[in-house]
Amino acid sequence: MARPAAPPAPGPPRSAPPGAVALHPPRFAPLRPPRGRPALPGPPRPERCRGRARQRAPGVARDRRGGAAGGTRERPAGDGTGGAGPRAGPGTAGGGRDRRGGAAGGTRERPARTGVTSPRPAEEPRVRGHVGPPGRQGALRIRTGGMAEREGGNPEGAAPVPAGPQAPELSREEKLQLRKEKKQQKKKKRSEKGPSTESAELCAPPEAGQPRAAAQPTSPPAPADGPGDSEKPAGGKSKAELRAERRAKQEAERAQKQARKAELSQAATTAKPRQSPTEPQSMVKRLPEHVQVDDPAAQRKLAKKLERQQVPLRQDYGTKVNLFSHLHQYSRKKPLTQQMSIPSTVIHPAVVRLGLQYSQGIINGSNARCIALLEVFKQLIRDYSTPPNEELSRDLVAKLKPHISFLNQCRPLSASMGNAIKFLKKEISCLPDTLREDEAKEKLQDVIDKYLREKIVLAAEAISRSAFEKINDHDVILVYGCSSLVNRTLCDAHAKKGRAFRVIVVDSRPRLEGRETLRRLVRRGIHCTYVMINAISYVLPEVSKVLLGAHALLANGSVMSRVGTSQIALVSKAYNVPVLVCCETYKFCERVQTDSFVSNELDDPDDLIVLRKGQAQLGGWAENKSLRLLNLVYDVTPPDLVDLVITDLGMIPCTSVPVVLRVKNVDQ
Amino acid sequence: MGRRGGGSGSAATMPGAERGSELSEQIEAFAARLRRGGERPRSEDTARQTLSLLRKIVGNGRWSRAGELMDLIRTEGQRMTAAQPSETTVGNMVRRVLKVIREEYGRLHGRSEESDQQESLHKLLTSGGLSEDFRTPYPSLRANVIEAINEMLIELEGTTDNIAMQALEHIHSNEVIMTIGYSRTVEAFLKEAARKRKFQVIVAECAPFCQGHEMAVRLSKENIETTVMSDAAIFAVMSRVNKVIIGTKTILANGALIAVSGTHTLALAAKHHSTPLIVCAPMFKLSPQFPNEEDSFHKFVSPQEVLPFTEGEILAKINVHCPVFDYVPPELITLFISNIGGNAPSYIYRLMSELYHPDDYEL
Repeated sequence: MARPAAPPAPGPPRSAPPGAVALHPPRFAPLRPPRGRPALPGPPRPERCRGRARQRAPGVARDRRGGAAGGTRERPAGDGTGGAGPRAGPGTAGGGRDRRGGAAGGTRERPARTGVTSPRPAEEPRVRGHVGPPGRQGALRIRTGGMAEREGGNPEGAAPVPAGPQAPELSREEKLQLRKEKKQQKKKKRSEKGPSTESAELCAPPEAGQPRAAAQPTSPPAPADGPGDSEKPAGGKSKAELRAERRAKQEAERAQKQARKAELSQAATTAKPRQSPTEPQSMVKRLPEHVQVDDPAAQRKLAKKLERQQVPLRQDYGTKVNLFSHLHQYSRKKPLTQQMSIPSTVIHPAVVRLGLQYSQGIINGSNARCIALLEVFKQLIRDYSTPPNEELSRDLVAKLKPHISFLNQCRPLSASMGNAIKFLKKEISCLPDTLREDEAKEKLQDVIDKYLREKIVLAAEAISRSAFEKINDHDVILVYGCSSLVNRTLCDAHAKKGRAFRVIVVDSRPRLEGRETLRRLVRRGIHCTYVMINAISYVLPEVSKVLLGAHALLANGSVMSRVGTSQIALVSKAYNVPVLVCCETYKFCERVQTDSFVSNELDDPDDLIVLRKGQAQLGGWAENKSLRLLNLVYDVTPPDLVDLVITDLGMIPCTSVPVVLRVKNVDQ
Repeated sequence: MGRRGGGSGSAATMPGAERGSELSEQIEAFAARLRRGGERPRSEDTARQTLSLLRKIVGNGRWSRAGELMDLIRTEGQRMTAAQPSETTVGNMVRRVLKVIREEYGRLHGRSEESDQQESLHKLLTSGGLSEDFRTPYPSLRANVIEAINEMLIELEGTTDNIAMQALEHIHSNEVIMTIGYSRTVEAFLKEAARKRKFQVIVAECAPFCQGHEMAVRLSKENIETTVMSDAAIFAVMSRVNKVIIGTKTILANGALIAVSGTHTLALAAKHHSTPLIVCAPMFKLSPQFPNEEDSFHKFVSPQEVLPFTEGEILAKINVHCPVFDYVPPELITLFISNIGGNAPSYIYRLMSELYHPDDYEL
């Protein structure tokens, strides 16, 4: 089954096509906000944003240093704007913001630049072209590089400037700044003359920028930066001074904050837990990219982000069913690595392999995917070394981002993976600064191991124990598909506790995962019956319990699981057979969903094609304009069809999910 | 219709004894075909074949009185229905022919048709013990019955068209329709509607045989926007479906269905979302059986399609089922569309009493 090709050789670094680089500057300038971000922190909204930005705390701090644009930069990268992004309106606006972000990214380059395993920065495609020798020259050089490019000036000129001393760098910056401002003024004039749409675009960014600005905690200089950067077009001479001043101020600020942070983290409860109650709200606001494929602006944003992260963008395959045009549909036959070589400097080979295993369906199932992910991240952390002048807690989180984007391209992340990543990011950013690097890495490995053990292995054991109470002798238990948890529960009940029961394995095309369940159960000596999902009405009269696995439990009590689960729950309800769902609490998810359309996944439609009597009826579906294939992966079971959820915390009704989530948030 | 022509031709030329044995052979061959049931015969074809066989029996059989003819038909009918109980069409056609004989005999006997048609409760009560003896021989009976059977055959030909003609009354524009498996009636119904209306069809593929694929391909050729999906997604997608239109194998006397497996799930999902479930079925699928023991209608085929023999040793330790039909209770069904119009499931009993004579319910 070792289908996935070995991770591609590091290959020559993708040099950005000259055109691509050249494209950036002109588009960038006109979209600068005419005025800086409105001054200061808003009341409650900023709060929420801060909550959301929690995971990215380091990034935020860094951004502040980066000045006004830094604030906005975070948005396209992190997808963090949630509502603000789409609201900002027409595609160009989105692009514009991105551009701005890109510009700021130049200043932000530093954290990402000096990479994990690689000297190559890998973060910003813009920089790619002219980051010649690996990154010891440090941030300042890159920054100038970024600037130069932004200006449309020649990056080559900017690149060789030595990094170290402040003075030359500033003077260069000064020049650049001047040039930029001139250009900006020109653009402004033009835009004033221009159509109203353009002015609308111009207005959009500040609005969007607002929450971000406020989101930066304890950052008085940041707002000051904002206007300073974009508002004072005339202050050419004083600019450098201002900047230097500002930088000093920020540096001090940062030092202060770090000290404070260290203190806090030693006191075990940092400010973060306090923010956690606000997190659900922020979750609600954020719309994952993979459910807005129909939004060209969002897609452009994604493309930009991926380009910046040097992660290839996976192309959708075939025509999609209208109802699901907001989801990705990939072909298994066209894995991500085929279209584009992935520099191993950007994506760790282990992650490439994992991504392929995901996209080929070799690693399948919520738990397996999560375990594999965490194991690979462990390896990633092992191979990581903090670049000089960097903090592990910040750089590592930034380093993880392209990897996560890559995996997301291979297959949309599962809820379990999302939760694990959230957890890991939090753990990384919570690392006390006092730790040495190897200590920190050691600690992270331990933390991941603990998560795997507690949240997955021990949770499964706890569930298996409590589920055992529900399995009686002579029961006929119906299971669907292949849930590792349900399999384990049944095997335990059979082998360890010696319960005598029968299992009916229900399966569905095209995945036929039930066969795996069948093999596993039969190997343990459990008496099994196997039917397809159509025949469920035939077997249900003899069934005494239905035991189902789950992909995620949503905050409204809905159970998200393999497609077909809801159907089984429905028919079971009609036959008055109790439906028990087994789910670890780490799969609980703060999303709410009432149908199976909004957030779902489309698998390869070719899977539906079946060869019968030497001919595949659906073989030519791609040429047939009015024929579509729908290969849905998940569905949502409404809470009223589920009688009980067996979790590691005990047995609860599925409407208690929000309670568990709340308790969990407080705990963390 | 070559079969019909051939049948009458042979009836005219063959001498008596040979005729009888040849007829018996034909019936045997038909029963064997039913028993094998391999190629999933179309119900309409089965009905037509049954009718032409019955016509031959009427034409060539040794009988002089109506009673004898009915006994003959009944015995042969039993033979044919026993071959494949799930092919209820055969029994239905036998019952129809029996009813025709009764009617023709009654007409010749001088009974007015109205009195037969309008059996009032009062009349049912008073005329309880009085049954006909069918003893009187009428030479014109044979021709009349054959004539009536020919009419039935003609009627049979038009059933699908008659059902399809009603399509526009039920499908509005921009509708999302779900169906399952492959039904020729539904196919014709949707195609007819597609001539005037734009709508979208979602087909559940009906594993393991995936008849739905054929359905989808055929519909898409008529430029109907068609989506194929696995059976597991029925409930997930149902919330966006406006109407469920399905075919069926049999309509039972209580208005229930015996339809391709998976239909029950589909009907439950439709009920859960209050989506109307429309059954397109010609009248000859109406069978005067009640679902007494629900298991009696089950038919199983080789589970090889469900779990191929290549699975190896695991096969020795497990049970694999591949039922073909589902029982769908009448409360899940919104409407029947037959060749004589639309009816609610609660009205089926009435249609049945018009089609068949109560004495023929049990063959």
